[in-house]
Amino acid sequence: MSVSEIFESMAWGPAPESRAEADAWLDSHGRRFGHFINGKRTKPGETFATEAPASRDVLAQVTQGTAADVATAVKAARKAAGPWAAAADHDRAKVLYAMARGLQKHSRLFAVLETLDTGKPIREARDIDVALAVRHFYHHAGHAEIRSETMPGAVPWGVCGQIVPWNFPLLMLAWKVAPALAMGNTVVLKPAEWTPLTALAFADICDQAGVPPGVVNILTGDGATGAALAAAKIDKLAFTGSTEVGRLLRRETAGRAMGLTLELGGKSPYIVFEDADLDGAVEGLVDAVWFNGGQVCCAGARLLVQEGIAEEFLDRVKARMARIRVGDPLDKAIDMGAMVHPAHLADVQARLAQTTGVVHQGRAPEGCYLPPTLVTDLHGADPLMQEEVFGPVLAATTFRTPDEAVQLANDTRYGLAGSVWSQDIDVALTCAPKIKAGVVWVNGTNMLDAAAPFGGMNESGFGREGGMAGLRAYLRPAAGKPLPPVTVRDGRGPSDAVDRTAKMYIGGKQARPDGGYSRSVVGPRGPVGEVGLANRKDLRNAVEAAAGAKAWSGTTGHLRAQILYYLAENLAARAHEFDARLKAQTGGAPEAEAAVRHLFRWAAWADKHDGRTLGVPVGGLAMALNRPLGVIGAFAAEVHPLIALAQVLGAALATGNRLVLVAPETAPLTATDLYQVLDTSDVPGGVVNILTGTHTDLAGQMGGHMGIDAVWSFSSADISAVIEREAAADLKRTWINNGLGRDWDAADAAPFLAAATEVQTIWVPFGL
Amino acid sequence: MAKPRLSVDGHVDLARNDGVPFDRAVVDSVRVNTPAVTRRAASLPGRRSVKSDWQAAWLARTVSMIDLTTLSGDDTPGRVRRLCAKALHPARPDVLDAIGLPDLTVGAVCVYHDMVPVAVEALDGRLPVAAVSTGFPAGLSPFALRLREIEESVAAGAREIDIVISRRHVLTGDWHALFEETQAMRAACGAAHMKAILATGELGTLKNVMKASLVCMMAGADFIKTSTGKEAVNATLPVSLVMMRAIRDYGRLSGFKVGYKPAGGVSKAKDALVYLALLKEELGDRWLRPDLFRFGASSLLGDIERQLEHHVTGRYSVAHRHALG
Repeated sequence: MSVSEIFESMAWGPAPESRAEADAWLDSHGRRFGHFINGKRTKPGETFATEAPASRDVLAQVTQGTAADVATAVKAARKAAGPWAAAADHDRAKVLYAMARGLQKHSRLFAVLETLDTGKPIREARDIDVALAVRHFYHHAGHAEIRSETMPGAVPWGVCGQIVPWNFPLLMLAWKVAPALAMGNTVVLKPAEWTPLTALAFADICDQAGVPPGVVNILTGDGATGAALAAAKIDKLAFTGSTEVGRLLRRETAGRAMGLTLELGGKSPYIVFEDADLDGAVEGLVDAVWFNGGQVCCAGARLLVQEGIAEEFLDRVKARMARIRVGDPLDKAIDMGAMVHPAHLADVQARLAQTTGVVHQGRAPEGCYLPPTLVTDLHGADPLMQEEVFGPVLAATTFRTPDEAVQLANDTRYGLAGSVWSQDIDVALTCAPKIKAGVVWVNGTNMLDAAAPFGGMNESGFGREGGMAGLRAYLRPAAGKPLPPVTVRDGRGPSDAVDRTAKMYIGGKQARPDGGYSRSVVGPRGPVGEVGLANRKDLRNAVEAAAGAKAWSGTTGHLRAQILYYLAENLAARAHEFDARLKAQTGGAPEAEAAVRHLFRWAAWADKHDGRTLGVPVGGLAMALNRPLGVIGAFAAEVHPLIALAQVLGAALATGNRLVLVAPETAPLTATDLYQVLDTSDVPGGVVNILTGTHTDLAGQMGGHMGIDAVWSFSSADISAVIEREAAADLKRTWINNGLGRDWDAADAAPFLAAATEVQTIWVPFGL
Repeated sequence: MAKPRLSVDGHVDLARNDGVPFDRAVVDSVRVNTPAVTRRAASLPGRRSVKSDWQAAWLARTVSMIDLTTLSGDDTPGRVRRLCAKALHPARPDVLDAIGLPDLTVGAVCVYHDMVPVAVEALDGRLPVAAVSTGFPAGLSPFALRLREIEESVAAGAREIDIVISRRHVLTGDWHALFEETQAMRAACGAAHMKAILATGELGTLKNVMKASLVCMMAGADFIKTSTGKEAVNATLPVSLVMMRAIRDYGRLSGFKVGYKPAGGVSKAKDALVYLALLKEELGDRWLRPDLFRFGASSLLGDIERQLEHHVTGRYSVAHRHALG
């Protein structure tokens, strides 16, 4: 076309980004790569090809990591772990700073490599992936610098295995490596099978930045390599990827006393209210579900639009879709590039083919491409409304009221992200925190920053990346001493003249055990009383009662404090009785006074577990709120049982959770005696439910119950592994003791607060 | 809907905006989220880019849509004649020949009322003359005189009248007054096209910009224009996005296509290309013509000339190699 012809047509022309530098870099390595272990590139082993999805040409051969490779890498990381953890904050910070600078200096090479390998538009790779990765290293160079000030006494996990996905290979590497190193860990990182190149190029950055050998190890390979890494002797595993694989890893790591954080899938709601800036919300969708071809875990893939404006809004969406340019990812003016791999393309197409909804599509060229897609007229059960598609597919439905919008938004197993669009501050700010998701954007979407915690609720995983909350994932919790074995005494006969068989406490009422079995509680001087033996139905009833007490999670901290103070007072009034009962059951020393003190502490904390406002680079606010988990199931401790009960109950209630508590096996009556105190202290029915029974019988049931949001175990029974394994069913949070004790009389709120709440990041951009 | 008429550059598909009855509900339904607008405007330059021949063609198209402007107290007939000569020959003939557009001109010449006869004579019907009017730039002279000024400029040969709105009507929310005032001005324009200058830098919020845009279009504006060039803040990309969206919304409700003119603040070729990209994205190709889009600019042309010469020769150029406008 001549200039004068273009003058008439005013068409877009090609705006190619050169791949010459990237090709030169690949050529300089002979387009064959080994791993990066102990500061050196290894010789290529058995290799497989990594291809550019857009052009289908082979970019390089990379090595399939074997179990032996994994062992070598973990060994190198182990050797480097001690000196790296012992290094001065400033020395670690300098290395991270050099990594940030290095990435920045070579930013275009990384952007082009990323685009070649993933098929994402160069615009995104350049302005988002690489830019945010650089920002992540700078931000965490800062965290490394001030670690001793912000995290006094912190201990890193040691060797971290890290597995990252193919949708944001370099950015997810940064999210994993930067905080791990900043906190003093060493890492073995495995990039995704389809997209290993930027991680391999990152080895050069490590080299130039003076990362000590073994601190960062990079291992390529497929899922088998990942499985070998997960099975290796690592201290912590961090994974970003599908919920399905996350579940496997939860099972694989169960009972190994190691750290685990999972950033998994989502089906995030995108809510548009009638008073929204409709064009703004349409444009937001472009960034929500057509960003990176929808291959984004936090993609706003479920459009919920208020009924009165639905038709008009969808018309605008369709008009916008028609202008989305799909094509060569190396073109600077392309909105959507290639899908990452033909196999994935086929998967998305297959899902799309099954829908009963009406499909509207934009245009896309032949090849590994998909057009922007909108599916309307869907019912709630359509797989497109429920399952993650991981493609440019927007599923739309309508709602009538704000309450219904929230209800629909939360009608999902996931809980990664959400968007709320409304110009009405009441509607927007009321609905945003009600969306059960780790990140919620008000009048925006897919805003990400190193200072803002990112991560899921429910089956979107656990753990946070970014901000202070993200650092916690790379610190080892303080370890206690091994718990002594516990003997539950056997014996028969009444303890006194009047039968006192303690019942369960469910929904504020006493309840007989469903199974109709009881056992004697026998102290050092003989029988003390009887308690029922809870079974799975008692657990079910208790969880239902706890679920029904949802209002507790919405109460003010002030009210929760009042009730906890009241509880403490009433316990104090009966201190002698509790101490006597404890002595009768276990022969233990008085604990009531200490228990009262801890209840006062938790009353004090009830309105003080503040969130943070985050130093993110946008106009407006981003807030990290500490949200209660919901229903916590807890196995009580046998050591210092009354103090432990006060701590667990206090922590759970102060933070707005409801509790299903399984009484200590050796002192169950101490727990059941609490009913009357709870009843007289205005604790609403269902907020605390108490079961008595055998921990080993209930552990699996508790771990697998879908209505429980977290399981804590301080039990002396060997139940940590079964809880973690069963928790994989719905990826609930666990806080287990792995057979270790804790100093129950310590005033250490931090681990309780961390276990009882999860961070919800809410972005509220504003401006005139 | 009015009958299609021949527009400035010969398009016949464009019905002139006759306006619609004032509808308060349209004004009240306006919602603008500033961060979302800002984000779109900020990310667009990274999302769209035109290179080589496409860049040259787009720059030539930009030239064809410039209202080459002089609005100074020291304007003289000689100065205006020189500007008109530049308007008819916006770049060196060798450069224009090289890109195959030897007859390229700007869109119009924009002057104060007193300079209209000089410009009309100098352009000899080959380009329209636009006159700023209605007590430009403040728009605070007696209303009757403002209407009279329009009539005089039209009588003097101006085919386009750039009116200024009363900002106070916007700032006090008196939308009906704004509607009536603009409607009266449109009537005074007769056959001449009316561009309504909103003075967006003085309206306080993007929401007001959108509301004022809609009211002026309901009152029959042929174009909506950002600024007089005399406000502290003139055309910006976020303001342009909001006004383009207002044009789209008005099109949806009335069926009329209304033109857009950013003025002041666009002086670089590169920036102009971003405006065109936004226009193409938000309103579509039909708007990339002088009957629906103009840049109000005085120094933009100079930068484009240098870029075009670079396109032709491969060497970066300087101002003194091009004729002064």
